[in-house]
Amino acid sequence: MSVRHAILALLSEGPKYGLQLRQEFESSTGEVWPLNIGQVYTTLQRLERDGLVESDEPEKEGPQKGFHITEAGSEELSSWLNTPPDMTSPPRDELVIKVLSALRVPGVSVHDVIQIHRRYLVELMQQWTRLKEDEADFDLTFALVVDAELFRLDSVVRWLDTADGRLKRAALEPPVASTMPRLARRLVVRR
Amino acid sequence: MSFLELRGVSKSYGDGATEVHAIKDLNLSVNRGSLVAVMGPSGSGKSTLLTIAGSLEEPTSGEVLIDGAELSKMTRNDKARLRRRTIGYVFQDFNLLAGLTAVENVSLPLELDGLSAKKAQVAGTVALEALGLSDRATHYPDELSGGERQRVAIARAIVGERHLLLADEPSGALDSTNGEAVMRMILAACRRGVAAVIVTHDAQLASWADRVVFLRDGRVVDQTMPPPSPESFLEGHPQPSPHR
Repeated sequence: MSVRHAILALLSEGPKYGLQLRQEFESSTGEVWPLNIGQVYTTLQRLERDGLVESDEPEKEGPQKGFHITEAGSEELSSWLNTPPDMTSPPRDELVIKVLSALRVPGVSVHDVIQIHRRYLVELMQQWTRLKEDEADFDLTFALVVDAELFRLDSVVRWLDTADGRLKRAALEPPVASTMPRLARRLVVRR
Repeated sequence: MSFLELRGVSKSYGDGATEVHAIKDLNLSVNRGSLVAVMGPSGSGKSTLLTIAGSLEEPTSGEVLIDGAELSKMTRNDKARLRRRTIGYVFQDFNLLAGLTAVENVSLPLELDGLSAKKAQVAGTVALEALGLSDRATHYPDELSGGERQRVAIARAIVGERHLLLADEPSGALDSTNGEAVMRMILAACRRGVAAVIVTHDAQLASWADRVVFLRDGRVVDQTMPPPSPESFLEGHPQPSPHR
């Protein structure tokens, strides 16, 4: 999460104070990412140093000191919004490694391991979904954040379902099954 | 007390070497007001569970009770009445009758049950209104969008005094926004006292349920624990808060 760019985005609406920026940052992210005031000031200092924001009252200090975005800041913001984040290299996913490892441990059923994780994820999803049930309490930014979390968890459940099916089919076709542990080892080593 | 109960239910097809066990020794109980989701891969027995719970198919062994009454002790007529009056079905492909308007589709089960056409029409209109479809009442299914067709199917399943709603992949091929709308309607019916079972492979749909049951090879292998209250969940995750 780029606090730097989020602050630029808030300043693009008009000049703001440090305290106001913290408040608006938290509400604009559905309060999922808390931010302390120290972080806000450090970030503002760096943005000012880089010429991306300017203070309206350079001599003033503290929470009431106002800032506005510069032209360079607007260009930086626009470039950041339109640049996709780096999603090319797969993260070292702990759950993937647990499932791959389960394949190699004698006496462990990989299907049971998968089910334990599946149930945990679905329980988490139930809890997020319950927050959606009462629409009256559900504002737009919070809805977007909850959706993002549900889709993230859902993609993991889908991977587990696919893995479960793939392993079941592999077990019925011995040649494929025998290559699975080697494949798992290669993947783990490469990462 | 549970409204739907499956006790040690098994279902197999064929016999001898070709015998296939669709579900094995399955126990499930669903209370009034409660939404249970059944998850599992294709071939895990999800749809068989639903047709047996809905008295559309008989189990090979075990017992199904609806509102305390054993289905195996009912006559064909009793079961037909149960299907008309108590059970609502929602299918993946909606199963609306193409030659009838939305409101005629919804009021049909009531008319079949002996209600006058006029009264059935009124009840159908009320059910459609509740799902935000008043302005679509006189449209035919092919004049409705996929989301609207599914809402008509849900209205038909809960019209009158039905207490058991059974849904097979209720959001079908709908997008996630319409899928969510469908789940909100099913949940709203449950909060009014309906007992509902949905079968799905979609975790986002299942996560609307009070309890999720996992099937594998015709057996219940696991189920979720009752979720904590939203408030205590938020305490565990201090950041998000819907109340501001």
